[in-house]
Amino acid sequence: MLKSYKDMPSTPVSLQSTEDIMTGNWRTMRPLIDEEKCIRCYICWKFCPDMSIEVEEADDFPTVNLDYCKGCGICANECPKDAIEMVREE
Amino acid sequence: MMEVITSNYAAAYAAKLSRVEVIAAYPITPQTSISEKLAELVDSGEMDAKYIKVESEHSAMAALIGASHVGARTFTATSSQGLALMHENLIWAAGVNRPIVMPVAARALSGPWTIWSDHSDVISERDAGWMQFFCENNQETLDMIIMAYKIAEDREIMTPAMVIEDGFILSHTVEAVDMPLQEEVDDFLPPFDPEFKIDFKSEPRRYAGVLAPDWWQEHRYRRMLDMERGKEKIVEVERDFKRRFGRSYGGLVEFYRCDDADVALVIAGAPTGTAKDVVDEMRDRGKKVGLVKLRSFRPFPGEELVKLNDMVSMVGVFDKSYTMGQGGAFFQEIRNALYSPDGVPIKNYIGGLGGRDVTKKNIERIFEDLLALNKEGKVDRIIDWVALKGGPGRWE
Amino acid sequence: MMAKLPLPKEEYLYRGHAACPGCGAPLAMRYTMKALGPRVIMNVPAGCTAVIGGVWPRTAFKFDMMDHVFESTGAVSSGIRAALDAKGIEDVTVLAWAGDGGTVDIGLQALSGAVDRGTDFIYVMMDNEAYMNTGIQCSGSTPIGAWTTTTPFGKKCEIILQRKKKIMEMMVANGIVYGATVNVAYPEDFVKRVKKATEFEGPKFIHALSPCAPGWRVDTAKTVEVARLATQTNMFPLYEVEWSEYRLTKTIKERKPVSEYLKTQGRFRRVSEDMVNRIQAMVDEEYEELLRKVELSKG
Repeated sequence: MLKSYKDMPSTPVSLQSTEDIMTGNWRTMRPLIDEEKCIRCYICWKFCPDMSIEVEEADDFPTVNLDYCKGCGICANECPKDAIEMVREE
Repeated sequence: MMEVITSNYAAAYAAKLSRVEVIAAYPITPQTSISEKLAELVDSGEMDAKYIKVESEHSAMAALIGASHVGARTFTATSSQGLALMHENLIWAAGVNRPIVMPVAARALSGPWTIWSDHSDVISERDAGWMQFFCENNQETLDMIIMAYKIAEDREIMTPAMVIEDGFILSHTVEAVDMPLQEEVDDFLPPFDPEFKIDFKSEPRRYAGVLAPDWWQEHRYRRMLDMERGKEKIVEVERDFKRRFGRSYGGLVEFYRCDDADVALVIAGAPTGTAKDVVDEMRDRGKKVGLVKLRSFRPFPGEELVKLNDMVSMVGVFDKSYTMGQGGAFFQEIRNALYSPDGVPIKNYIGGLGGRDVTKKNIERIFEDLLALNKEGKVDRIIDWVALKGGPGRWE
Repeated sequence: MMAKLPLPKEEYLYRGHAACPGCGAPLAMRYTMKALGPRVIMNVPAGCTAVIGGVWPRTAFKFDMMDHVFESTGAVSSGIRAALDAKGIEDVTVLAWAGDGGTVDIGLQALSGAVDRGTDFIYVMMDNEAYMNTGIQCSGSTPIGAWTTTTPFGKKCEIILQRKKKIMEMMVANGIVYGATVNVAYPEDFVKRVKKATEFEGPKFIHALSPCAPGWRVDTAKTVEVARLATQTNMFPLYEVEWSEYRLTKTIKERKPVSEYLKTQGRFRRVSEDMVNRIQAMVDEEYEELLRKVELSKG
């Protein structure tokens, strides 16, 4: 717990990752993956700058991690089968 | 083992004895022979270090910052323009705790060109966050570099240090120097072992990343504490050094014959040796004069200097630089330390600029001036420029 | 047959990083690190990546790295390598990662020095074609005609000399042992080139095109598409250089006209039709020059 100057390390090194920052709060649009159209080419996984398209095991359909997805729309734009639609967040 | 060498060579041998691991080298008058001597020592195999021939001083300091994060003991040397060029990296190194030790052959900052000695280059870096030690002679340069590593690398200090040798006056003048043996230094100075370093044995970290307003003030407070801790460590390390090598320099400041003095002159660097001779001669003639050798300017030894209020009744401060303040840098800070309702009167003497010789006669005239003012109990002017052509006062 | 991921799965960036939506930089870094693995020390100057990495006490990088001042990238890398050698720590990639401004402008001296010294490192220039972190100012790598805040009418169209600095050619002349142009739109090639660089000892230079959606004035969804067009129009051909031997790493069968690239981006809005033709001529000429070098290398 960082409360005082005494809690700082002796030199400014990092102490934790950024993973507690839910950048999903940023988005206004969200990707929706249509598994009927999806061919599991994983191009969406390949081009996500926020690593928010997840593929658990080989052969799985990709899923969107809504904690971090910033809604940029690259996945939808690159999908060769138009299987991803960007929908407005409520 | 006695050698007759310049302060530059003394610095190079000190780096060798300190087993520095990474050296960044760039030439500038008058420190170039440090880099040349080190190239010789590394090339011959006498010294086991990596020698980076950088393309500017700004890059010299940058390279050492990188090497230091990996846990290497680092060394470079510079003067005036080179020191000024490194400015942002000096501040960076201090801010992220890189215990780099660097001799600076003090040379006046140019505009127009000069290559000769004064303290304006190092004084311009008093805010960089580095420790600053002024050396009186070549022996002190060698000894201080070795001691500086021990002080700088202390895990509770981790602050870089400049070891200042007056350009040409010390850097190029040969003196007898007692060279310690490698085994003796190894016993005194263990390998660099920082708490955090990149060695792939601990979890990966980001070093020196963005620090926002929520924690920046606390970071500066920590750096202040690190520097303050230096005061005690300097004295402790010197005590240890004296025990092992038989030489000591008095710690943060050296009070020379101040015990029953009426007046004292505070002075730093090469002119100190000259001034000590003058004190001895004047004492022989019954004049009660004393000298304070300012060894450590950063950390600033305020607690030591304030003792002058009780020791003497008139103080002079000699500045070998002038940077447009109300008096020189030493004068400003010392007057600040001595300030009190019953504080002793203080006068500033500016001299030795741009390589101008500081002669025994100059120092004698300064003491005569102080003794005369002491009878009045107050100073006539805040500042006198020593031996200024066309200026007031008698200096020869 | 199992559907497989087209690239190695392991990620070396943490999520929650501060990049803008649709930023090319994290893509470039993902691909670089997939090629290198975690035994890396990265050094990064001022720029987008330093900010993307998060604020203390957090880091977005899953590997050891250090920040430093803008000019010093090459010099810090030399220092890191010297220390690794001094300490006998082997098989570590020293990765210099800097933006275009930090490379071709303010960082040029230190980079040149590091290459001249034969420093064993991989230098990746993450090229978003302007000083994007400070809000889109012109750099030596900004292409002709591009609007930036310091070139409100586009980088001087009348004077062809104000084209993007030919940093790869400068690096070849400086003495790199391996160089490659890569593009975030071609991740498999990107990973392959960085991996290939690790086979060489000495200074390696990777020029990575990585669009900035706000800076190039495109929709955040178009980052990869616009990067692809750069290569498809020969504005950013993909090639590698081993010592001074050139080889195309991607041959575009039917190159698209530059107008198709320029019209997709708001930053080229002011480029006149006459200028488009001049840019086309310039691109064709430079591509011919590249092909000549490739031919010469074959012999």
